[in-house]
Amino acid sequence: MFRVSLSFLAVSLLCLGLADIEITTLDPWQELRRIAVGFLTPDVSVLYTFRGAMINTVTFAFCGIAVGVGAGSVLALFFQLTAVRLLCAFVRAIHEIFWAFLFLPVVGLNPMCGVLAIGIPYAGVFAKVYAEILQEADHTPLKGLPAHTGRLSRFFYGVLPVIYSDVKHYTSYRLECALRSSAILGFIGLPTLGFHLETAFREGLYSQTPAMLCGFYLLIASLRLWVKPKLVLAYVAVSFALVSTEINLRWDNITRFLGHDILPWPMRREGFLDGTGEISFPAEQVWEWVVHLVRTEALPGMWNTVVLTQVVLAGSGLFALLLFGTICRHFVSRRRFRGLSHYVLIVLRTTPEYILAYVFLQLWGPSMLPAILAILLHNGAILAYLTGQNANLVRLRIDSSRRKMNCYFFEVLPRVYGQFLAFLFYRWEVMMRESAILGVLGIYTIGFFIDSAIADDKVDKAVFLIFTTALLNMGVDSISQIIRRRLRVSAGTVLGRQQ
Amino acid sequence: MKPLLLPPLLSTLLSALLLPAALPLTCSQDLFAASALRFTAIPDENTARLTERFDKVAAYLSEKTGVDVEYVPVKSYAASVAAFKNDEVQLAWFGGLSGVKARRSVPGSVAIAQGEEDVRFVTYFIANASTGIDEGEDFPDAVKGHTFTFGSKGSTSGRLMPEYFIRQHYGKAPDKVFKRVGFSGDHSKTLALVQSGSYQVGALNYKVWQNEVKAGKVDSTKVRIIWRTPTYPDYNWTIRGDVEKKYGVGFIGKVQKALLDMKDRSLLNSFPRARFIAADNSMYAPIVETGTAIGIIDK
Repeated sequence: MFRVSLSFLAVSLLCLGLADIEITTLDPWQELRRIAVGFLTPDVSVLYTFRGAMINTVTFAFCGIAVGVGAGSVLALFFQLTAVRLLCAFVRAIHEIFWAFLFLPVVGLNPMCGVLAIGIPYAGVFAKVYAEILQEADHTPLKGLPAHTGRLSRFFYGVLPVIYSDVKHYTSYRLECALRSSAILGFIGLPTLGFHLETAFREGLYSQTPAMLCGFYLLIASLRLWVKPKLVLAYVAVSFALVSTEINLRWDNITRFLGHDILPWPMRREGFLDGTGEISFPAEQVWEWVVHLVRTEALPGMWNTVVLTQVVLAGSGLFALLLFGTICRHFVSRRRFRGLSHYVLIVLRTTPEYILAYVFLQLWGPSMLPAILAILLHNGAILAYLTGQNANLVRLRIDSSRRKMNCYFFEVLPRVYGQFLAFLFYRWEVMMRESAILGVLGIYTIGFFIDSAIADDKVDKAVFLIFTTALLNMGVDSISQIIRRRLRVSAGTVLGRQQ
Repeated sequence: MKPLLLPPLLSTLLSALLLPAALPLTCSQDLFAASALRFTAIPDENTARLTERFDKVAAYLSEKTGVDVEYVPVKSYAASVAAFKNDEVQLAWFGGLSGVKARRSVPGSVAIAQGEEDVRFVTYFIANASTGIDEGEDFPDAVKGHTFTFGSKGSTSGRLMPEYFIRQHYGKAPDKVFKRVGFSGDHSKTLALVQSGSYQVGALNYKVWQNEVKAGKVDSTKVRIIWRTPTYPDYNWTIRGDVEKKYGVGFIGKVQKALLDMKDRSLLNSFPRARFIAADNSMYAPIVETGTAIGIIDK
């Protein structure tokens, strides 16, 4: 465990040396001052002006979750099939923003794009987690059922009641994630909160941003109050009703996209030039197209993505190790202080890393530094929170050292370190997905090249690059699994799934 | 064990079934609006200014054509092209490059009007005063090695043409010429970034520069023009060919006439253009050539 940690630390130091972390703005503090002034003079009226965007943020999230739960539950039942497992890993490996990029040319910038962009990757996640929950469920109640009980009855009376609480817990956690996803989809143009946040940041309307961010925090903090199991279906129904008024799905757009636009340009070239739109298959040119794309965009993009990921992997680990003590009863005895740092961690984890990165970029200019900080703070806060909760479960022996240093290194840390590593490696793949999408903001990770391809209206290129990142993610995910298995660390059930 | 929540489940299921039934009542207005002519515009400036500009234009076009006209705001150049391709909008105020991309993807679509200024459009290269670069007749060779920002990746005056002139002068891609290359997103932002020194040099639409100067947003002690490019064709109104199926033969001509007849200064100033003149697809051949030359357009 120690050796693995050290080697990851060494790799990330090496990557930090390779990464470009210059502050490029001449006077970063001037803008920071304006942001501070804005935060002191929040313009709460925007919450009313942009109420439509707030409602969209919620409705897209509910619909996305509903699609995800629906498709995920079905897939979970067939999760033992390798094909299903691979399919789920694949759809999970593509970030919501990239899914939105894929749907944008087909359905346009309307609610459907947002719902599918959330629903599809979430289906992959739900399938995996539900399958795990099913597998780990206690099977004894089934033995109590009469011998010839039908499958459906067995499920409703023998399985569902056992797993219900786990499923509910995880699904409600995911709802929070879906709200985050829904909000940031606005940054690429969907009519959610991010749309107005982006505008406000871009145009320096810093009085609007704190109001919108606080509105968003309140929304997430109040979830417990208004999202009740009894009401969820009603919310989903209302959300679908609101969303469905603007659906514009046309068959010819779908066939054009799948049958034409996503094919490599050399295949479409002849048909385009002679005006027939027919497809040909010049193998040599297609190969050249692929090689050129891999050499000039996929490889440099992936390299930067990996460098960034490794830096933030170790960075968020260190951040968490430094800070988990602040919410742990063994180190901070005053409840009030623990409560305060608890809230700070919650705010950091609730703020989507995309928004953090956006703000830091405005402040310091486009190097890897803003991205590193954004991903590190967001993930570090989650890890610190989970590790702190675990540390609170640790019972100290009566004769353990009173000195906090000793207590930290010899009593608490050894007991939580295994689980901490498991959390960290769980999030490895998440961090990589985040590193990739931050390219959309102008950092040269793979997202930059995907965004450029979309900007140039080259769907073929975008699809190729998105598939490449998906494969990269799946690779990292399986390495992470191997390491966790080798180290024999596990994140535990419910907490560990908060990835 | 909990009794499986069946009653609430049933009631919510019921409501789920009933809601869509109530839907046609609530969205009948939307259905009506779906037959409206929808148009969009590339987001080349502040969103607030765009909405103000195009809501007025929508009202004007409705009045002149007798068809409901709606403005659909978008966040990116790519989204405007995608919306046009998908028939979500039928009319668009495109830049040179986005117009070319849109018309390539929608056979039958035509450029119908352009601003008088768009025949001879210009990009300004601007620099932060700290660079000490002064305005000259020829391409400013001194920009080499500085940090540089384009506008949006899909912009003609903020990306395509400046990149073309940079490649022409140095024979290299911009990222090999400059210390750092960025994409600000829009022309107003390019100005703000160069003025604040976040980037040392930038390239933007000369119309936006003039507008910002008028609005008092340019501090001449901090930022200045260092080069004005040769002229090229830019912005255009483009319409889908199949609108005539929906609104009748001659509709394209009607929209074109409405645009050319636009006399109201407050409408024209918001573009800002002196007036609109007729355009056709062939006028943008130089843009296609430039686009293919630097690889933005597939050839």
